[in-house]
Amino acid sequence: MKTAVIVFPGSNCDRDIATTLGEVTGTAPTMVWHGDTSLPDGIGLVAVPGGFSYGDYLRSGAIAARSPVMRAVVEAANRGLPVLGVCNGFQVLTEAGLLPGALMRNEGLNFVCRDVALAVGNADTAFTRGYTAGERITVPVAHHDGNYVADPDTLDRLEGEGRVAFRYAEPVNGSARNIAGLLNASGNVLGMMPHPERAIEPAHGRTDGRRLFEGLVAAVGA
Amino acid sequence: MKLRIFVTLKPGVLDPQGRAIHHALNGLGFDGVADVRQGKLIELEVADDTTDETVDAMCRRLLANTVIENYRVERA
Repeated sequence: MKTAVIVFPGSNCDRDIATTLGEVTGTAPTMVWHGDTSLPDGIGLVAVPGGFSYGDYLRSGAIAARSPVMRAVVEAANRGLPVLGVCNGFQVLTEAGLLPGALMRNEGLNFVCRDVALAVGNADTAFTRGYTAGERITVPVAHHDGNYVADPDTLDRLEGEGRVAFRYAEPVNGSARNIAGLLNASGNVLGMMPHPERAIEPAHGRTDGRRLFEGLVAAVGA
Repeated sequence: MKLRIFVTLKPGVLDPQGRAIHHALNGLGFDGVADVRQGKLIELEVADDTTDETVDAMCRRLLANTVIENYRVERA
């Protein structure tokens, strides 16, 4: 499977996710600069990586979401291409309108950087098929703005439609209903604050993130 | 023409930064503060013939995230 990783000024997890995708798919991803206006042909996934795009100026992810390449990402997502946004990538996807709600400053104001327990909310998606519903996994988080906010009606709808892919097993950042990862209505876009690409091999201390990428490859096909 | 755009959190959206400022004010002995909300002021220098519609579009498409924020435009 061919993949692409978007790179913004200030991205800093682009190489982590590129290494993971290269290892899991057997093909190094194409790195796509934010100023590009199109995505490579024939890809099965676009990853929007973590970091501090544009220094988090204005709002986290706000300026990256308006960059030229994001128009191509939104179009591709609307055509059904799988899109994975991690951490700042999740913030970019909400700012781009691909996912509802917003990510605000953590409730405790602290930057949270540690392993957290997650519960898999929906295992019936291309991203989560390697897990079982309700399974507990451990994946690191590293963020300042991970406090997910949406109005109560939207939250009810998201839960009712099975769009909460991952939940924090206990409060981490004030996130509404402990939402850690969220799907779009069609299930082909996932945004999540935890970093599955940092839990891939035993040297990371955790390998729970690996099944997300392996599941994607199995779902999308070689 | 100078524009001042005030971006504020919508009522009901929790403001952890405002709460921290409130706490710090109390710590300084200012007890009469009922609530603190932190927002942003963005100043724009634009052509005199810039329409209200254009300014509104700038606010909606970039300057404010209308999921969580309101905005108000002041023409100087």
